[in-house]
Amino acid sequence: MEKPSEVVLFGTWSGSYCTRIKLALKLKGIPYEYVEEDLSNKSHLVIHYNPVHKKVPVLLYNGKAIAESLVILEYTDEQWNHAPKLLPEDPYERAKVRFWANFYDQKYKPSTYRVMTSKGKEQEIAIEDSYEVLKVFKEGIEKDFPRKSPLILNGDMFTLGFLDIVVGSSACNYKAVNEAVGVAQDPKKNTAFWSWVIAMKDCPLMKETLPPHDRLVAKIRSIFSHPPA
Amino acid sequence: MGEEVKLFRSWSSPFALRIVWALEIKGIEYEAVFEDLSNKSPLLLQYNPVHKKVPILVHNGRPIAESFVILEYIDETWKQVPLLPEDPYERAMARFWAKFCDDKVLTSIWSAFIKQGKEQEEALVAAAENLKFLEKEMKGKKFFGGERIGYVDIVLGWLANLVSIFEEIVGLKIVDEGKFPLLYSWMQDFAEAPIIRDNCPPRDKMIVKFQALLDAAIASSSSSSK
Repeated sequence: MEKPSEVVLFGTWSGSYCTRIKLALKLKGIPYEYVEEDLSNKSHLVIHYNPVHKKVPVLLYNGKAIAESLVILEYTDEQWNHAPKLLPEDPYERAKVRFWANFYDQKYKPSTYRVMTSKGKEQEIAIEDSYEVLKVFKEGIEKDFPRKSPLILNGDMFTLGFLDIVVGSSACNYKAVNEAVGVAQDPKKNTAFWSWVIAMKDCPLMKETLPPHDRLVAKIRSIFSHPPA
Repeated sequence: MGEEVKLFRSWSSPFALRIVWALEIKGIEYEAVFEDLSNKSPLLLQYNPVHKKVPILVHNGRPIAESFVILEYIDETWKQVPLLPEDPYERAMARFWAKFCDDKVLTSIWSAFIKQGKEQEEALVAAAENLKFLEKEMKGKKFFGGERIGYVDIVLGWLANLVSIFEEIVGLKIVDEGKFPLLYSWMQDFAEAPIIRDNCPPRDKMIVKFQALLDAAIASSSSSSK
C-alpha cells in the first residue's frame, strides 16, 4: 500500500477535472497527499511538474508527474490495476467509453461554458445548443450501453466507472451552477441523463468529494460575474 | 477465424492516415473504403452519425470513430508490434504528448498556414513555443517511441509530410532545421521509413488541395472585411 506522501495530487477544491482524480484515487483506495493550488498565484511546483500547460490537476507518483485529467484517469487504472476497474476489459467497450468521454469534454462541456458566460438572447441560444449536444450524448450512451439502467456505467449502485467519473465530476454540480447562473435545467429534456446524474449525486463517494454547494455558487458567480439575483 | 477490417478514409485526411500507418505497421489486413468528403456515403453517416467524419474503423461490423480511440483499440486488439509502451507512466506520457500534438501543435501550425497578417504572426510564435516542447522531448531518441515508430510518432506524422507543403505554399519556415534540429531529423527519419513512405498521399495533389484551401480562406476573409 502506498504511503500518502508517495502519491500527491495538485488541484483546486472547485475544479471538476480535479474532482475526477480524487474520485478515482478514492475508488482505488489509494492514500494521497492533496495540495490545494491558488490558480491566481501558481506554485512553482505546478509549473515545475506541468511546464507545458501549468494547470491542475497534476498527479505525482514516485516523483513522476502526469497531467491532463483523462490521461491521469487511464494512468490510475493501469498503475493500480486492482479492482474496481475504471474502464471495462473488452477493447470495443473501452473504445465506446473513450469516445463518449472525449465527446463530453470536447463538445458538451464547452456548450455549458457558453451558457454560463453569455447573457440574454445569446444565452437563450446557448441553452438550446447545449440541450441539442446533450441529446446527442444521451442518445449515443443509450445506444452504446443498452443494458445499463439508470445509466450507471461500468459499475453498479456501489461503484463508479470511467464515464460516471467524467460526467459526474461536473454534471453533479448542476444545482450550484443553476443557482449561480440563474438558469434551471428543463426537467422535461434529456430526463434519462439527469436521472443518471441525480443517482450519481446520491452516491456517498460523490457526496463527500464534490465541492460544497454554497461555496461553489459563490465561486461560479465570482468567475462569471453573475451577481446574486 | 474470419476477421473483417475496413477503414473508411479519404485520400488525404491526415487523421485517417494515422490508422493506415497503424494497420500497416502491425501487418493487419484491411479493406480501405475511400470517401469523397463532399459527398459522404450513407455507410459513413451510419457508422459515424455523431461526427460524420473519417477515419472510421469497422471491425467485424462494429464501427469505431476518432483517431486516438481507434489507435488504442487497434493496439489492444492486435498485440503484435505494440504502438504504446508497456509501462503505465510511459503510456501516460505518450497519451499526454499525443493530446498536446493535436490540441496545440496542429492547431497552431494550421493557423500559421491558413491565417494572414497579425493572426499568422501570433500563430507562428505559438507554433514555435509548442515545437520547443517537442524538441526537448526528442532528446536521446530517434523516434518518440524510442528505437521504432510508436503512438506519438503516428499521431504527429502529419508534420513530416504536411509542414513542407505548407512552407512551400506560404513561403514561410515553420520547422527551422537550425532551431529544431532533433525534430527536423525526426521528420526525415519518419518520412523515409518504408511503411510511411509507401503510404503517403501524392505531394503534387496535396499542394493543389491546400493551395485551394488557402485561396478560399483568403477570399472569405477579404470579403468579410469589406
